Amino acid sequence: MRYLPHTSDEIASMLEAVGAGDLDDLYRTVPEGCRRARGLELPEALTEWELTGLAASLAGRMAAGPDARVFLGAGSYEHYIPAAVSSLLSRSEFVTPYTPYQPEMSQGTLQAVYEYQTLTARLLGMEVANASLYDGASALAEALLMAVRIKKRRKVAVSRAVHPLYRRVVRTYLAPAGIEWVELPCLEDGRTDLAMLHEVEGLAAVAVQSPNFFGCIEDLEAAGKEAHGQGALFISSFTEALAYGLLKAPGRLGADIVCGEGQSLGVWQSFGGPGLGMFATKMAYVRSIPGRLVGQGLDAEGRRGFVLTLATREQHIRREKATSNICTNQSLCALAAVMYMAALGGAGMRELAGLNRDKAEYLKGELRKAGFRIPFARPTFNEFVVECPPGFEKRYERLLEQKVVAGLPLAPYYPELENHYLLCVTETKTREDLDELVREMQG
Amino acid sequence: MKETIGTTGLNLQEPLLWEREKRGRRGFSMPRRDVEPAPLAADLIGDVPELPDLSEVDLVRHYTRLSQWNFGVDAGMYPLGSCTMKYNPKLNDRLAGLPGFAGAHPLLPAALAQGALQLMFELERLLAEITGMDAVTLQPAAGAQGELTGMLLMHAYHASRGSPRSKIIVPDTAHGTNPASAALCGYRPVPVKSNDRGVLAAEAVAGVMDEETAGIMVTNPNTLGLFEENIQEIARIVHGKGGLVYGDGANMNAVMGIVDMGGMGVDVLHLNLHKTFSTPHGGGGPGSGPVCVKAPLAPFLPVPRVIEEGGRFVPSEDFPHTIGKVHAFHGNFGVLARAYAYIRSMGPDNLEKASRLAVLNANYIKERLKGVLHLPYDRPCMHECVFSDRFQRERKVTTLDMAKRLMDYGFHPPTVYFPLVVNGAIMIEPTETESKDDIDLLIDAFQAIAREAEEEPDLLWNAPGRCKVRRMDETGAARHPRLCG
Repeated sequence: MRYLPHTSDEIASMLEAVGAGDLDDLYRTVPEGCRRARGLELPEALTEWELTGLAASLAGRMAAGPDARVFLGAGSYEHYIPAAVSSLLSRSEFVTPYTPYQPEMSQGTLQAVYEYQTLTARLLGMEVANASLYDGASALAEALLMAVRIKKRRKVAVSRAVHPLYRRVVRTYLAPAGIEWVELPCLEDGRTDLAMLHEVEGLAAVAVQSPNFFGCIEDLEAAGKEAHGQGALFISSFTEALAYGLLKAPGRLGADIVCGEGQSLGVWQSFGGPGLGMFATKMAYVRSIPGRLVGQGLDAEGRRGFVLTLATREQHIRREKATSNICTNQSLCALAAVMYMAALGGAGMRELAGLNRDKAEYLKGELRKAGFRIPFARPTFNEFVVECPPGFEKRYERLLEQKVVAGLPLAPYYPELENHYLLCVTETKTREDLDELVREMQG
Repeated sequence: MKETIGTTGLNLQEPLLWEREKRGRRGFSMPRRDVEPAPLAADLIGDVPELPDLSEVDLVRHYTRLSQWNFGVDAGMYPLGSCTMKYNPKLNDRLAGLPGFAGAHPLLPAALAQGALQLMFELERLLAEITGMDAVTLQPAAGAQGELTGMLLMHAYHASRGSPRSKIIVPDTAHGTNPASAALCGYRPVPVKSNDRGVLAAEAVAGVMDEETAGIMVTNPNTLGLFEENIQEIARIVHGKGGLVYGDGANMNAVMGIVDMGGMGVDVLHLNLHKTFSTPHGGGGPGSGPVCVKAPLAPFLPVPRVIEEGGRFVPSEDFPHTIGKVHAFHGNFGVLARAYAYIRSMGPDNLEKASRLAVLNANYIKERLKGVLHLPYDRPCMHECVFSDRFQRERKVTTLDMAKRLMDYGFHPPTVYFPLVVNGAIMIEPTETESKDDIDLLIDAFQAIAREAEEEPDLLWNAPGRCKVRRMDETGAARHPRLCG
């Protein structure tokens, strides 16, 4: 096996050095009752070439790539990734180290993560960002837990327009800890209805997503005021980070914690993971942040360098009193994001975000012309909901056979939204693609 | 000094991204505009983000230079204990990057995602066979999230039997994530000490186990690199009081094909695909932390679970007792694909051999270094061995000094100051992918460093001298946090 370097002579001489008769002898401390009754029953080893063929046949049974036209967003977005980003990211110096516990040998990762933290804070309009969390969903769960710790209150309010799968993750995290949960309904125009906040007391946090699951841009400023009026922290979540190339940053609108999914920023969709949990807050709360932080410091000769810092928040020191159990980040995905943001630059990100919005608006307009109803009046970014005529489901299924996915059916997540579909358009779709989709949807 | 692989290469200076920007540069090929602008209400539009402007060349130089300040497994031996820094096969990266996988949307209808669903379905079964468990979830994004998932499963199991419990037993050798994960479920960790042989005694567990205790979290082999030889008796005690045994599978690399985790009494076990199953650590993630369970816990696993229906693979939500979800989608699929490729490349015989060679390498280091460094538990070890700085302390040389000096010799340091039960611990895990030649070089380096500690301790106190920076002042950085440029 090409990954195992030992020759039989070497094995023999090493066994002799350790005083073992054979390799089995090394396991003499393992009691008989703990041993396997039989060997591993696994498929036989494949050669590199056989495995390549197998993987290609599996990957070939996916609707991805040039012959598929997928108009799905909902937390995972198809964006172009520059070759320079992929190439840099594949450098094994970035791919094959561990968490940078030994800063002198990890300055590359540490400086790059520091740059990621800085650009993330700037993009979201916040004072400090961490080194990243697993994904947008667990980032929201961690944000709510952080608010519970800061406010010492055990009740949170979450908008029903937050991604339904994120809400599912949040519930899974919060339920065993006994944290109470209030769900805020939606208004006719697709925004969160904040009125209910006047009826609940003792909230640690109010969480809203913008653009929300329906693609609608929330009134974050109003939500923030309501949250603060209740003495709660205001958490602003997101699934599409590129939106902040165009929209006002949540940090400028009163958010105390901004968290969400950064997959759009140079990370492959990869069937939903790995993603990038972006997480930013105010310096006042820095000692309550979950996850890793990279800080700037000095070496013994007074030169600038970077280290993991404020570790006293973390599990390896605080154990059960830690701010989170997390002990890694999504480092490589954070590097993809900082490289992607740097490739675009500020003006480039504005232009690309604008293009996403404009293409989505074009499709929205064409669908409207074709007689489809756009149920939510609130402005959107690159996703929107369309109501299709009863029976559209059959046409949708037929399109699937041609590897065309005409949006995400919403009824499984919102039973009241039968025949409603969430469509997403990014820069990867041409006007012809959009015109063709309208024709196909009309049937 | 004998010649080592440590040398001073040409390190190029490189400022922060925004210190090298020029307004007006761009490193991105903007897609063609083929639609009219659709202006957004002015009150919704923000300022242009403050991102630096660079050309593609700037970007490539910047991150290439940064990468050269890093040390990874591809550069050399990385004997970080409990982290299993084995070689990360290049083939696996290539396969995970196939357009059908890398470009796949997670909410594709099942009919259009058969390849990924089949891969996940098969991987679950491969991992169940390797561990001797009955069912698997691939959803947790890292080992710590796997632990949390395991705790949630135990919590749900006890709740379903009408006996929610409040405590959990955690040995003093445990990873810090163990108590932190348990606390998230509202469990109060009850510490239990390992004995003078470095393992848990059944009596110690019997003394604290009661019907208010959800179970025990055991890492086996433990973080001293020793096999918990009383595990069956411990499992009997815990099960006898209605509790469950949680296995931290961080050290699974020692025992593939040898030990039956299910058979020895473990009910819930998390794996780290980025350790045992060779997926790259990425400088701190992404990882993947699947959780394997015995049949009575299977109903509580996160959804969706991939099921097979007449040769088709379907993500099913139809598990009413599920704890819910821990990841928005299917977990870190890109990591799963690499682990799948690894297991299929290795096959049963090579996986078993990998564990044996990992254990051989660790025992070889233990034997060769035990006169040079203090060995607190002189017993046959599994895949890692733990020394301390006791011999060097009288020269005022610490574990940290030796770790930093090792960098000058061209090695990443071992894990230091963990496990906490050994004062000044030096925890070495070579893994099976290190050859005898490279291990001998590491041993030579430690021997040379021990001599330097006697004769020229300044070299250690001032180490490292060959890295991009000299020793970093971590205390100072924490006192005045600068987290953002």
